[in-house]
Amino acid sequence: MSEPRELAAGRTVLDIVEGVRAGTRSAVSVLEEHLGRIDEREGEIHAFNLVLADEARIRAAEIDAAVAAGDEPGPLAGVPVALKDNMCTKGVPTTCSSRILEGWRPPYDATVVQRLRDAGAIVVGKTNLDEFAMGSSTENSAFGVTRNPHDVTRVPGGSSGGSAAAVAAGFAAAGFGSDTGGSIRQPAALCGVVGVKPTYGAVSRLGLIAFASSLDQIGPFAHTVADAAALMEVICGHDPGDSTSIPQPAPELQSVLDTGVEGLRIGRVTDLPGGADEEVTTRVEAAFAALESAGAKIVDVEVPAFTYGLTAYYLIAPAEASSNLARYDGVRYGLRVDATDTNAMYAATRSAGFGDEVKRRIMLGTYALSAGYYDAYYGKALKVRRLISDDFARAYEHVDGLLAPSSPTVAFPIGERADNPFAMYLCDTYTIPSNLSGHPGMSVPFGTGEGGLPIGVQVLAPALGEPVMFRVAAELERAMEAS
Amino acid sequence: MSSASDEAHAARGESAADDEPAFEVVVGLEVHVELATATKLFSASPNRFGDEPNTNIDPVTLGLPGALPVLNRQAVELAMRLGLALNCEIRPCAFHRKNYFYPDMPKAYQISQYDEPLNVDGWLDLPSGHRVGIERAHLEEDTGKSTHLGGTGGRIHGSESSLIDFNRAGVPLVEIVSRPDLSTSEQARQYVTELRAILVAVGASDAKMEEGSMRVDANVSVRRPGAELGTRCEIKNLNSVRSVGRAIEYEAVRQIALFEAGGAVRQETRHWSEGDGKTHTLRTKEDADDYRYFLEPDLVVLDPDEEWIERVRASLPVLPAARRAALAEATDTTADAESVVVVTDRAQDAYVLAVGNAGGDVARALIHVKEAFAGEGEEPSLPAADLAALTRLEIDGAVTATQAKQVLAELLANGGGDAGAIAREKGFEAMDTSALDTLVGQVIADNADSWASFEGGNDKAMGALVGAAMKASRGKADGKAVTAALRARRPS
Repeated sequence: MSEPRELAAGRTVLDIVEGVRAGTRSAVSVLEEHLGRIDEREGEIHAFNLVLADEARIRAAEIDAAVAAGDEPGPLAGVPVALKDNMCTKGVPTTCSSRILEGWRPPYDATVVQRLRDAGAIVVGKTNLDEFAMGSSTENSAFGVTRNPHDVTRVPGGSSGGSAAAVAAGFAAAGFGSDTGGSIRQPAALCGVVGVKPTYGAVSRLGLIAFASSLDQIGPFAHTVADAAALMEVICGHDPGDSTSIPQPAPELQSVLDTGVEGLRIGRVTDLPGGADEEVTTRVEAAFAALESAGAKIVDVEVPAFTYGLTAYYLIAPAEASSNLARYDGVRYGLRVDATDTNAMYAATRSAGFGDEVKRRIMLGTYALSAGYYDAYYGKALKVRRLISDDFARAYEHVDGLLAPSSPTVAFPIGERADNPFAMYLCDTYTIPSNLSGHPGMSVPFGTGEGGLPIGVQVLAPALGEPVMFRVAAELERAMEAS
Repeated sequence: MSSASDEAHAARGESAADDEPAFEVVVGLEVHVELATATKLFSASPNRFGDEPNTNIDPVTLGLPGALPVLNRQAVELAMRLGLALNCEIRPCAFHRKNYFYPDMPKAYQISQYDEPLNVDGWLDLPSGHRVGIERAHLEEDTGKSTHLGGTGGRIHGSESSLIDFNRAGVPLVEIVSRPDLSTSEQARQYVTELRAILVAVGASDAKMEEGSMRVDANVSVRRPGAELGTRCEIKNLNSVRSVGRAIEYEAVRQIALFEAGGAVRQETRHWSEGDGKTHTLRTKEDADDYRYFLEPDLVVLDPDEEWIERVRASLPVLPAARRAALAEATDTTADAESVVVVTDRAQDAYVLAVGNAGGDVARALIHVKEAFAGEGEEPSLPAADLAALTRLEIDGAVTATQAKQVLAELLANGGGDAGAIAREKGFEAMDTSALDTLVGQVIADNADSWASFEGGNDKAMGALVGAAMKASRGKADGKAVTAALRARRPS
């Protein structure tokens, strides 16, 4: 079992970029270190659906050539990155860990992937996820479970469990996931890495295979807060190809990390729903104490959104998913199971292609949108969503940010919740509200529980409040290093 | 007071009063129009008819995973042009997803405007002056085009295989929904014709029904005068103005017959068959899809600002109705006169007015253009000044209307010329008063019965007498002069 801070030595994004750009380390050697660790442990971890060793080696050699030629190699020169397998990669299979996309190769890169390549990052592989990002353990994958590098009998969290595990295991210096209800922050917490869910619209969704379009947001996994800031500066910023993209440039985050938290007002949510283990709440309290001693003011606030978020989410997200996943009909790409007529072909294809959790949510969402039920379910959930935004808006009149658990528990044993969807859904109690409100949130490793398993503390901020969020996260990281 | 016998009459669809029909027909039209944009509604693929199948496609058109729609500004602007031309209010609006499975619908949902459309509450005036309310004119995307092979009737059911062309998928459409303000097939035909003229005038669409860039569905119901609206049927597959009229007539008769037989109209979608001239059940309300509309989360609210709206409004051309009014006024006729409607529809109204500006007679020019310029376009080959010269010869009595037609035919064939010279070459010269007098005397003598009738006050006999005069003079006589001479001889 490795401590996150030790793992980070020499492996951070910033270390790699500094070495590669200065010519003191080659991108090829950095890549080979990572590929070596993949060789050693990927067999037991199964973070990847696909490792792109050959392509990565070619790209690393190109970066080294660029550095040697004196060309600008980019702000992420030579950084090995792992991409959740729901981000389109040109010519490379992109599966969403589902059989339904069997054989499909996207003809384009997602905007985020394009920006990473342009910045000199090297894609080492496509990582495992809960099918179509529906889950909190990466157990709902058509290609098998991913294991937590800290304890391979336990889940890495989900749905971006593959990317979180890849970073935690040192398979990549950075990972990218998508967060619809906590799918970056919760696995980041369970794997002991930093994970960021940016403000909705801060990062382009173009090329991200949709689960719930109004909630999905891509974000980074990293060893350190500073790495996460550097990655955010590359992937954020307006994309005219995504109509929901905010027309603003990427925020400057690296420059604010040393600002400290003096004078910041940090909210403690007094009506936070229970259910978090004591070892988790203890660490959240320790985080408040650390911020207070660094000069922040801790303020009690009420945010009922945390109580109502889960139910609204489990109507809105499945409703959008039922529509987003309707295109997998066997007509144009992916799996097709032939049958006697078109409707039978649809049914056979979708029955064979989707796993149980995906089918459950498609049915739930279809029902919530159906004539006669819309007002009682989807319509009401939208109203609750508006109230949740109001709740946060009121809270942020009094505070600059909030702290909460990222996950109610540390990593749980594989199989423990696999047959109990509701227990699984509760994993996202503390993360879901900020997806519904569109606000940013991030999980920062903040110590371990009794069994030595990582615990993350979640920092929440208002829309486009990433600079404040990163200042708080950096302070927590400094406090951990000092302890 | 109504007697049992009155009720029996009513039940048979007969009215107690002869001038009041037993049933009213109520028609509302839904017209889909492809906008004349360079690219599709949500992607950069060309919006072009007739290309090789599946060449104007891209990830958005095909609904590939990860693809996102981006709204086409030109499509919005063309829809606004149409909306303003239809006197609509332009509103902040949104797009919804209409969910259903069909192979030519790549995403399994259509992006359409549902309860928040761009254009609302307008109207369209028919040439007759009848005002038809426009409920809404909203943006949506077209589907791909399926071709079903094997089986019967080109339907998917029972076919052996299907081919899909996605070139049309994502082409921008505007759906124009009228209020149920039409009550005859003729009004419906006029509405479609007028709407088409407006669409072409504002440049929103080429509106070609034969190419499918304009598609009409008719909602038809019947009711007793004054009663509430009856159950309606939606008629699809109306591929020409003529079939719009025929289908409405057929459907009205069918529904009235159902009523008279004591039955009830069932709400359903019906298919017009040009072959047998009937409508047939396509689907009933019971098997209608539940489209599960919800707000399209991949797009944001569309809220055209005042400045944009006013810029579009200022750029609108003079619309057909105003052009007809101007032409009617200049020619001293009515805006719904056939000549005015036809000439304006051909966009030759400016030409007729130009004949007037060149010193010609506008009313005569209007008739000539209507009758002889069907093959000419918006800018006829014949210089307006040449037609003006011809109408002056007519006014001066130098040529008769019949002769003028022959001169005009030659002018058109030559693409211009001196009308006077052509008239002289053809030997057309005005008949002097004494020759006319002789001619009229001869006609009266040869057509004693008609003359007697005319003399007795029957003006209808005039036609036969004038016709005889024209025949006897081989078209040289001026019909108006003959008429005047005949009236002069009738004892008052």
